[in-house]
Amino acid sequence: MKYFEDIGVGEISDIGRHTFTAEDIKGFAARFDPQPFHLDEAAAARSHFGRLCASGWHTACVWMRLLIDFRRREDEERRARGEAVAQLGPSPGFRDLKWLKPVYVGDTISYATEVVETRTLSSRPGWGVISIRNTGVNQRGEPVMSFISSVLVESRERGPHGS
Amino acid sequence: MPRLHWEDFTPGQVTECGSRLITRSEIIAFAAEYDPQPMHLDEAAARANIFGGLIASGWHSCCILMRMLSDDFIGDASFMGAPGVEEVNWLAPIRPGERIKARATVLETRASRSRPDVGFVKFRFELVNAADQPVMTLIVNPMFGRRAGEFSARESS
Repeated sequence: MKYFEDIGVGEISDIGRHTFTAEDIKGFAARFDPQPFHLDEAAAARSHFGRLCASGWHTACVWMRLLIDFRRREDEERRARGEAVAQLGPSPGFRDLKWLKPVYVGDTISYATEVVETRTLSSRPGWGVISIRNTGVNQRGEPVMSFISSVLVESRERGPHGS
Repeated sequence: MPRLHWEDFTPGQVTECGSRLITRSEIIAFAAEYDPQPMHLDEAAARANIFGGLIASGWHSCCILMRMLSDDFIGDASFMGAPGVEEVNWLAPIRPGERIKARATVLETRASRSRPDVGFVKFRFELVNAADQPVMTLIVNPMFGRRAGEFSARESS
């Protein structure tokens, strides 16, 4: 991760994409969101969705996985260049999560993040909070998901192995 | 037939919707798939973080709540889903072996203007630990079916 000071509002990252298979959709739904239109093709055909589609939580969880993989690749590149890597702190949560269109079997969703706010924390010296807008867009260019999440990021003044 | 309809919810109403024991293996299994950060995956690595031990992914907490509502709340209702979630706050970690309860508080209800058979119910859902401390809150405004009988009766009057 970049240090807090090095992160600017408006920075956009394409973090990766994922193709949702029927097996994938049903496996997630069976564990966490067992509604007929996420579990069974015939039931989905009778529902207002018309076809098997992913749980909205599934679409969001895939974003989390892709973001972690993306940050890990970036950190490896930083270390290879001999640069220090900032730590990430906890996330206080997210807001304005919108599921804009269903994610159907075979859809490929491309995920991106955009920094929308950065602020320092008087309560936690050495850390700042960034807010990022996270989006998923399907292969037809239609947005399927959007939300704004926050996370604490280590600041340079804390030092690479801060106290 | 679903038992609960839009008309059954009133602001201020609080419902307990089940409880779950959260296991180490489910925390690690979720993290391995969707949130592979050391604090969610590996006890030794997690000791070094600010929480001092293994904790569940916040997204896992959302998924656990979804499943609890599905098993103990939605199944009884004419639930029609939500187009999104207004906010989620992760207030305290969930650790392995903790028993978590879900609680629903109705914040407001509103009839749909465009669809007379549907109404919105805004909830604050909380996951609460054994010390009765909320570990997560989630605010969402899902749709529920309205009682067809009441609707048609009113339409014909």
